[in-house]
Amino acid sequence: MSSGENGERLAGWGGLSVPGRELRSEDLAAVARGAVLTRGLGRSYGDSALPPPGVLTVAGSALADRILELDVEAPRLRAEAGLSLRALVPHLLRRGLFPPVVPGTQFVTLGGMVAADVHGKNHHVDGTIGRYVTRLVLLTADGERVTCSRAVEPELFRATLGGMGLTGHILEVELALRRLPSRWLLAESLRVDGIDAFLDGLEQSARAWRYTVGWIDCLTTGRRLGRGVVFRGRWATAEEAAGRRERREAQRSVPFDFPNWALNDATARLFNAVYTRCHPRRPRPRVESPRRFFWPLDAIGHWNRIYGRRGFTQFQCVLPERERPGAAKRFLAAAAARGGSSFLCVVKDCGEEGEGVLSFPRPGISIALDLPLRPSTAELVRALAEVVIEEGGRIYLAKDAFVRRDQFARMEPRLAEFERIRARWDPGRRLRSAQSVRLFGDPA
Amino acid sequence: MNAVVLGATRGAGRALARALAARGDRLFLLGRDLEELRRSAADCDVRSPGGAAALGVAGCDLLAPESAAPALDAAWAACGRVDAVVVTAALFATQERLESDRELARRLLEADFSGTVLFCEEARQRLLAQGGGTLCVFSSVAGERGRKPVVLYGAAKAGLTRYLEGLDHRFHARGLRVVTVKPGFLRTSMTDGLPAPPFTADPDEIAPLVLRAIDRGTPVVYVTPVWRWVMLVVRSLPRFVLRRVGF
Repeated sequence: MSSGENGERLAGWGGLSVPGRELRSEDLAAVARGAVLTRGLGRSYGDSALPPPGVLTVAGSALADRILELDVEAPRLRAEAGLSLRALVPHLLRRGLFPPVVPGTQFVTLGGMVAADVHGKNHHVDGTIGRYVTRLVLLTADGERVTCSRAVEPELFRATLGGMGLTGHILEVELALRRLPSRWLLAESLRVDGIDAFLDGLEQSARAWRYTVGWIDCLTTGRRLGRGVVFRGRWATAEEAAGRRERREAQRSVPFDFPNWALNDATARLFNAVYTRCHPRRPRPRVESPRRFFWPLDAIGHWNRIYGRRGFTQFQCVLPERERPGAAKRFLAAAAARGGSSFLCVVKDCGEEGEGVLSFPRPGISIALDLPLRPSTAELVRALAEVVIEEGGRIYLAKDAFVRRDQFARMEPRLAEFERIRARWDPGRRLRSAQSVRLFGDPA
Repeated sequence: MNAVVLGATRGAGRALARALAARGDRLFLLGRDLEELRRSAADCDVRSPGGAAALGVAGCDLLAPESAAPALDAAWAACGRVDAVVVTAALFATQERLESDRELARRLLEADFSGTVLFCEEARQRLLAQGGGTLCVFSSVAGERGRKPVVLYGAAKAGLTRYLEGLDHRFHARGLRVVTVKPGFLRTSMTDGLPAPPFTADPDEIAPLVLRAIDRGTPVVYVTPVWRWVMLVVRSLPRFVLRRVGF
């Protein structure tokens, strides 16, 4: 079989790539048996879905995409791990249902969502996807098919939520669903002028709105540091949504890699200034489709190409704002001082920590920066990681490509428990990724 | 309409079964593995507007021609009337593998030619007995010319294409509609790992085209349509050219 030897490469969403290719089959267990890792749709930004050095294949789950059971009464879903939100959501909306937690793209598989224990705009009230997972079927390192849940093999279950696929190949996911009052959202956005007003706006919104998120202009400094826009929304009631009809939404695509210079400080500043002014100071509520509300970037295919061939990375951390007031502000100031100029900086307040042993969110403020790849980016990310460690925060593995092993160990006191559970199911650390070699010290 | 599909658990058959279910058609699924068939049946049910597309499943294997009759009997019993029988199941392997593995070559020739033909004979008989219906079978553009990369697979598919053509001529007047589907290169697990040539398509792209051909009773349909013109050229290439080129 050809396997990466024809110059084929596997890439993360940020563009970082290694030699290798996916083995795809409808029978995911068949290709996962013997593979070190299963990969979904490759939307993690860094190296978490890339094989370790010297390994040329990973299993690909995208063809294992059957819906096995949709219980409308419960409501509950059971499906193969390669099913994407993109394929699933229309079938749910038709029945007045929706996944309880969705990330910022619908091009993710259920398996990928569980492996990263994804969060969404409703984290402050609803937690991560892990809270709604009721059962998982895994193919563990020794080739055994293991069903786990909160009642059966609970340790394996908890380690798999947010375990980045290192505890076993996820074959099947069972998930509780949310029942909707309508298929539409009531959304509004408001412009705010500084970081304090911004965090205040986020906190105020959190009380009345199920979905909140903010965007800040990281290029402004000083008094206007943290100028930005707060977005909030909730499912519309049947009355509010009355008369709305589905429209086909335009799908555009970035047809080629932009030249590397296209996105620089000047163009980013210009975009940020224009974008901020597009939003009113006084919110005007509007009715929006789920697609537009949850996944605005999905309307532009290959949007990652605006970063040019060099690609980009994302740095996402969560900082314990309550225990350390001002942590977010200090982090943003540190990022701006180090030239961490970002086109997109997304801020979200997080609620309770989930059950996943290595799950990312914890109470506090999550900040995500998009960083174009330059020779200095690795150093920038490591410097930012130091700030995060200092503030008692942690990073999101699904975004990372550059943090060092010692830094990860210092920000992750839960690592020992994860490794203890993992050692029980995979003592030889057969299941691994480029990221786990870098951060967990797995054999290459 | 009621459709019987052999091969719905994977690839093009899965996409086609989903497309049929999505527009409200009822399905009876045939295949080798009953558990797999049940999982695909559940998947089709969710995609159906009424929430129930599958009328049942039954075991059937192209390498066991005697399994065709009881499987089709079960399908007819569950459906009452069957409007279309669809065959997407087949084996595939590269020419290099088939040359080095005689047993695999034997199985492929049997499944893709005699196994498929014998299954179609059983289906044809039942369709005619109820006064007509559609028999839609996936052959391949590989059967259009003898070519270096598909000597054995192409030969089986060429034989199948000719059989289906003859069937159409012989029984058209009695209400049998034979639809021969000739896919080009499809991105499925069958072709996983092979370098994708130009005009490669996804199963979801071709499913609506095949559906339309079934509805209209189109005798021969290339999917995607560009392959009609590609094969027109390939069929007209002189022998000395085909000896030289790699495809």
